[in-house]
Amino acid sequence: MIPGSIAEAAALLRERKTSSRELTQEAVRRAKADTHNAWLHVCEERALVQADAADQKLARDEHSAATPLLGVPWACKDIIGTRGVPTTAGSRMLEGYVPPYSATVVSRLDGHGAVMIGKTNLDEFAMGSSTENSAYGAARNPWDPARVPGGSSGGSAIAVAAEHAVYALGTDTGGSIRQPASLCGVVGFKPTYGRISRYGVVAFASSLDQVGPFTRTVEDAAIVTEALMGADVHDATTMPLPVEDLRRDLGRGVKGLRLGVPREFFAHGMEPGVDAALRAALTVYESLGAELVEVSLPSTDQGLAVYYLIQPAEASANLARYDGIRFGKRVEGPDLVETYRRTRGQGFGPEVKRRIILGTYALSSGYYDAYYAKAQKVRTLVKREFDEVFGRVDALLTPTSPGVAFPIGEKVDDPLSMYLNDAFTLPVNIAGLPGISIPCGFSDGLPVGLQVIAGSFKEAMLLRVAAAYERATEHHKARPPAAVSSTRSRAESRS
Amino acid sequence: MAAIDRATVEHVAALARVGLTDEEITRFAGQLSRILDAVDALQAVDTSQVSPTASVLPLDNVMREDEVRPGLTREDALANAPLTDGEFFRVQASLEER
Repeated sequence: MIPGSIAEAAALLRERKTSSRELTQEAVRRAKADTHNAWLHVCEERALVQADAADQKLARDEHSAATPLLGVPWACKDIIGTRGVPTTAGSRMLEGYVPPYSATVVSRLDGHGAVMIGKTNLDEFAMGSSTENSAYGAARNPWDPARVPGGSSGGSAIAVAAEHAVYALGTDTGGSIRQPASLCGVVGFKPTYGRISRYGVVAFASSLDQVGPFTRTVEDAAIVTEALMGADVHDATTMPLPVEDLRRDLGRGVKGLRLGVPREFFAHGMEPGVDAALRAALTVYESLGAELVEVSLPSTDQGLAVYYLIQPAEASANLARYDGIRFGKRVEGPDLVETYRRTRGQGFGPEVKRRIILGTYALSSGYYDAYYAKAQKVRTLVKREFDEVFGRVDALLTPTSPGVAFPIGEKVDDPLSMYLNDAFTLPVNIAGLPGISIPCGFSDGLPVGLQVIAGSFKEAMLLRVAAAYERATEHHKARPPAAVSSTRSRAESRS
Repeated sequence: MAAIDRATVEHVAALARVGLTDEEITRFAGQLSRILDAVDALQAVDTSQVSPTASVLPLDNVMREDEVRPGLTREDALANAPLTDGEFFRVQASLEER
């Protein structure tokens, strides 16, 4: 079996009821047997070396000071660089690329004795909301394989929801952790911008990107974030703040807290089943003693426009490095410029090219002020409104996504309708705030996510608010048919 | 604002050094026009008294001692290169001979 949480795995390992090798072999078996296209690479050999090292530490009782991550299998989004393990970012451009160094987040988990099972599928360069833009094929939702898992970190969400791994890492630029967590029925947490190093993570939109965990419980999200957070000499955008105990307030409840309900997030575009689940969640918070306050964030209506200018503009600059010379794909032409054009024309998929063109246009002479500079100014307004609201409330409650998982292929030819999936998550990136999605029920048998947003660097408050709901409800315990069948197939293979 | 036509897509793609097929140029022109229509909502926002936000962090320059640290070996740096001579990346001429 795969334990239901990091805390449970840690207890089983310490009680000698299982070993890291046994957990790792089971995780690897499930990853290899996966039918959702969640995995791009399974690194069995490396994982078993890590598992055996963890088992030795556990046997020597060296774990007293260790974190609960020791020996626990995890899944890594394939946009996070891993030394010696292929890292594709879901793109043909990086097919066969093997990073010569690991991202800081990977080094930190290595340092905790965690066991990385492999690399998970994603939208190419994290550009997408469905994992359909992967050059290695679309991924499938474990609740209904005809539907998308969300994206861009779809493979990591599946790995946790379908119980291939105990937790996973993703990246979130406009909702790429929270939206797939919502669509797959797991916890997905994007900490404050600047909390976690991005060193070694393939850059997408540098003023928005943040790394964070997929887990099955809010406590686990706190555990993983504690292991990742803190300043990094390799990333000048990490805030020089001390590592906090993010679990300190998990049990305090919400009695007496003021929780804001922003009316713009409930106004339009939401599916009825999502709206009903969210209204029920608000009632739970009231019954727990929180005071619900209606608030307004009028500029968040401009969030989509701000995001779809700033993000492609930054992406077009970041992706200039893929030139067919130092690493990655190369398609040679008669001269240097033609080599660039062919390499990039054939190496990038359609969504990536669309965003490079849009971003280059927004930055180009004559349009810069009207688009890019304008978007940066409205960004100021969005952030200012959040700051003002957090002077009056402790956290905000919103839907994570306007809808549940949609059928594969439904939105792939309509970029604008795909972008609307991020309408409730991207304002959080624009303002750099922490946001979490937690399971809050079902609509037509598909998971719905509740988003909790807090002020900058107020992760402990955010996790406290999320944990109170989790304790009061059972939604996070529901498992998709895929998880049940991966347990059954093991029982069958043993008999 | 102006809709994006095929010529604009071709011009911007040339700036970005991205080769596009004829079919892509036509498709992107239509799609990017619709996206730009949607983001034009921004033009209605009064930002005359607002300064831009490039980063949400309250950090300016982050200074540190200029210390020698280990970096990539030549072998590591060249390992992923599609074309090398064993010591250097190989690049086509970027200047014409006179």
